[in-house]
Amino acid sequence: MERFRYLEGVATVRLDENACTGCGMCGQVCPHGVFAMENGAARIFDRNLCMECGACAKNCPEQAISVTPGVGCAAAIIAGWISGSKPACSC
Amino acid sequence: MKEQTRCGCGETPAPEPLSSPPGPNCGQADPVVREPLSCCGSAGTARGTATVEATREGTPPGIFIDGWMDTPVGPLPRVTTRIMTRDVLGRWKMRWGIGRSGYRISPGLYALGRPGADSIVLVTANYKMTFDALRSELDWIDAWILVLETYGVNVWCAAGKGTFGTEEIVRRVKAVRLEEVVDHRRLVLPQLGAPGVSAHEVGRGCGFSVVYGPVYARDIKSFLEAGMNATPRMRRVEFPVLERIALMPVEIVGSIKPAAWAMLGLYLAAGIGPGFFSPSAAWERGGPAVIMFLEGILGGAVLTPLLLPWLPGKAFSSKGAIVGGVLAGLAVLLFGKSLGAVHAFPVLLALPAISSFVAMNFTGATPFTSPSGVEKEMRRAMPVQAALASIAIITWVGGAFFL
Repeated sequence: MERFRYLEGVATVRLDENACTGCGMCGQVCPHGVFAMENGAARIFDRNLCMECGACAKNCPEQAISVTPGVGCAAAIIAGWISGSKPACSC
Repeated sequence: MKEQTRCGCGETPAPEPLSSPPGPNCGQADPVVREPLSCCGSAGTARGTATVEATREGTPPGIFIDGWMDTPVGPLPRVTTRIMTRDVLGRWKMRWGIGRSGYRISPGLYALGRPGADSIVLVTANYKMTFDALRSELDWIDAWILVLETYGVNVWCAAGKGTFGTEEIVRRVKAVRLEEVVDHRRLVLPQLGAPGVSAHEVGRGCGFSVVYGPVYARDIKSFLEAGMNATPRMRRVEFPVLERIALMPVEIVGSIKPAAWAMLGLYLAAGIGPGFFSPSAAWERGGPAVIMFLEGILGGAVLTPLLLPWLPGKAFSSKGAIVGGVLAGLAVLLFGKSLGAVHAFPVLLALPAISSFVAMNFTGATPFTSPSGVEKEMRRAMPVQAALASIAIITWVGGAFFL
């Protein structure tokens, strides 16, 4: 199975490792294996795999994760530029 | 996204173009069954279980219901795990974008097999294709299926919009009186519902804890057998070639309208020349221009998705431009003589630009592109695409004065 990688160095996901209690939810919900557990705490294993879906931040009970979630869809972004609102997919 | 059934999400979890949530009036407290009742009598009765056609208060009929089950909260519809011809037909229509906004089932609690008070509760969306993908994987288990109101949108997209979300789960759990049906307090959600759900807040809101199941419904069995543990592989989204192919029709259908306008414009521009406007020139030069245009769409909407992992670069716009460049090179190589420089030059510029733009739009159908990345590549690629297309049009139209 091919692994897809998208543009490097753009993902907005951030983890406050001091706030992490090691519950592991971020690793469970991430569909791309961005997080890894190490010594009872989460760390970002590969930020560039992140698609900014927002699942990790939403499910972190300690609010240790921040990410600007959204749809990675060109048509939605163009529509957002035109309407001046946040891109939302029409899907 | 998805012939492989994704868990709950079923079909393509990726941002597959589905219908938008309808207005505020839609879908709320609306007992109307949206599953058309026509074409009954397909395989529904084959098993000897009469297909239920009558509606019981607030519950939907339809061929995927093969009976009713008495529960502490009254009779609940029992779901068959069999996929009938009409389900297949319905999925095919969705793939082509036909009637997507109406392809939904009523939210609520459904029984699968002969579930009891200790049976698991699986949560899913009310997009019919999603629901089919889930139930067709579950012929081995007794379970409850809690269908949320996601306005006919699959799990992942609905989670992104927030309709597959904490609030709706809490509301729906209470509305169906789930705590009277089961004696445990656990919900199994598809992992791809997580962008809309805060597991810890669901617990606070309705007393049920959330367990995230695997991404794909086909893994639910192994997940349960392992004591509700998913392997890392079960937690990853894939994007295999069959899934990419499955998404092509709906992408193409979506581009028909703008493409038709563009082609009309090409015909009109083709007629411009020394004699102001020539209908015969419009026909003669417009035809090849439209073919070139369609080749660009083919490059961006078919070839680029197909060859996605093997095309160099990471930006979709550059992958599309490469495909368009190759197509343009082939066209000039094969038809260069009859095209002449006046036509060959614009083809070499325009075809990569069109293919690049269309390929860029495929980002919305993929399950791995981040909005930050897409915006970055758009800001870089769109000026180049526009410049190439503009030069192509100017030289092509201008060239008519030198023919």
